[in-house]
Amino acid sequence: MIAVELFKLVRRVRTWFSIALMCALPLVVAIFIAVTHLAPPPGQGSAFLSAVLDNGQLYPAAALALVLPVFLPVAVAVVAGDSIAGEASAGTLRYLLARPVGRTKLLVAKLVAVVTFTLAAVIAVTVTAYATGVLILGPSRASAVGFAPGQGSGGIAPGAGGAPTAGLQAGTAITSLSGTPLTTLQLIERVLGAMAFITVSMLGVAAIAIFLSTLTDSALGAALGALATLIGSEILVTLNAASTVQPYLPTRYWLAWIDFFRQPIFWRDIQRGFAIQLVYVVVFLGAAWANFATRDITT
Amino acid sequence: MIITRNLTKRFGKIAAVRDVSLDVREGDRYGLLGPNGSGKSTLVRMLLGLVYATSGSITVLGEQVPRHASRVLPEIGALVEEPAAYPHLSGRANLRLLDAAGPHGSRRTRRRRVDDALEQVGLAGIDRRPVRAYSLGMRQRLGLAAALVRPPRLLILDEPTNGLDPRGIRDIRDLLIGLNESGVTIFLSSHLLAEVSALCTRVGVLDSGALVLQEQLASLQEPTGRVLVSTDDPERAVAALDGLVEHRDGADLVVRSSDPAALNNRLVTAGVPVRSLLAQRRSLEEIVLEVTGTGSDQFSVSAAGPHAARQAPQSAEPAEPPPAPEPPAPADRDVP
Repeated sequence: MIAVELFKLVRRVRTWFSIALMCALPLVVAIFIAVTHLAPPPGQGSAFLSAVLDNGQLYPAAALALVLPVFLPVAVAVVAGDSIAGEASAGTLRYLLARPVGRTKLLVAKLVAVVTFTLAAVIAVTVTAYATGVLILGPSRASAVGFAPGQGSGGIAPGAGGAPTAGLQAGTAITSLSGTPLTTLQLIERVLGAMAFITVSMLGVAAIAIFLSTLTDSALGAALGALATLIGSEILVTLNAASTVQPYLPTRYWLAWIDFFRQPIFWRDIQRGFAIQLVYVVVFLGAAWANFATRDITT
Repeated sequence: MIITRNLTKRFGKIAAVRDVSLDVREGDRYGLLGPNGSGKSTLVRMLLGLVYATSGSITVLGEQVPRHASRVLPEIGALVEEPAAYPHLSGRANLRLLDAAGPHGSRRTRRRRVDDALEQVGLAGIDRRPVRAYSLGMRQRLGLAAALVRPPRLLILDEPTNGLDPRGIRDIRDLLIGLNESGVTIFLSSHLLAEVSALCTRVGVLDSGALVLQEQLASLQEPTGRVLVSTDDPERAVAALDGLVEHRDGADLVVRSSDPAALNNRLVTAGVPVRSLLAQRRSLEEIVLEVTGTGSDQFSVSAAGPHAARQAPQSAEPAEPPPAPEPPAPADRDVP
């Protein structure tokens, strides 16, 4: 059944279109920066963006920071919100279940497809951003892959937990946010770590959207519902008065992937981020299962 | 093959299906009739484990549904209301996907099974056009192909000829009769009386969620003990038959008699020129309208009795004289 869901994902134009859009945004940003040579000053703008003029190889991290707040969650919510509701409104759900495909099996296959989609999007963004960074912004100004120590004003470490405006100013080499240099291998490891963490960060949205998708026959409604939850979470994360609930909000640790670029890696928030996403998956997928397994299929 | 006991389904306060005890036997071509909204689709969905019953039990192919639905569903081909497919994929790709989704879908023989199913429903020549571009009739045929991809023991079909032209209806009927003769039990629901009477051996009638009739079609259509006589000399016929004539309309007579041959003999002996003579049988339409009330898509202001359904969408004709039964009935006698 998982193969069937993956096949459906691959054959949807929407899948490729949304991934292309996500790759296009960092490309457009890179073109503007390359043409104007105006990168945001350190500490402002999207994470890592201030450093990319000096080192194009950091652009994958900057690109991930660009798509993370809106593009990626929107795409994930649309795909996940469509999962059951889309089949229900198209009428194909009843034929799948009468095949028979177990309802639990179908939910799991849907989740796997959504995670695969997220991972594919993250990989596509990273790869195109690397190419963009190297080709448009140019490699490190210190020529090729430099391991030289960062100069002077190395990195500006954002507050623990990652403020949304984390910035990094690399010198002539790839420097961690803590100011110490990273080897190419370390950089690759950390980019991979960040990709994995971002994919996991989307699990919460995916689970919420899949749950809503079992409640309604409107794919749009489910996707918008999940997005509304995220926006609400984002608002509460920045609200001091809501500090008691903040550790449990789905977007609270979304920026913790930046901690992969510290030396040594700052694991606390990364672990919490994993944990909170796991909780969301268990709770909402459980709710989705409880609802879907006992529901009358009348569409 | 299908046995339900006191099957009831309520949606909130509305009872969509009430106390239905179906009995579909192996080899049947069973037609479930009923006006729109009488609960046919809900019943079909319950048989497939899509909708859960409020009370009562369902046994399909000897297994409890929905508890053991996963054991019996692989042996059932189903069409539930209109067919559905992924519109951006071709018909072939849709069938392959559906086949891959369920159990027993061996990858090795998939291509052949899909091609066989398409051929059976007359879609062997379809190209790679997406289903989006299909006509209603093609979609219906594709839906039937989906039900046949895994050769079923039981076909559960909801309105199988919906959207087909007369030729298509004929094709599908022939296909279903052929499948039935090779051992497939067929359970179909329809509101098309002509369809059911041309195809089915056994009928059930659903009215407002309750099963009001379940019988072999042949025994429902036993001769009624009336013979329809058409003659050029009705006066002489009335005189010769001496009170047996119940109704006269011009040259057409309704005669009380259970032996058409004897009646014919008597008329000929009396010198009556008999143009045609036919044992009267009730049409399925009369039978159904007699047992059903108003269709639930009709909302009359007056408290209509059960016979208000005579104005139902089927445009029933007046009961007398009844419309001639469909030829050829075995007891027909045509006299030149």
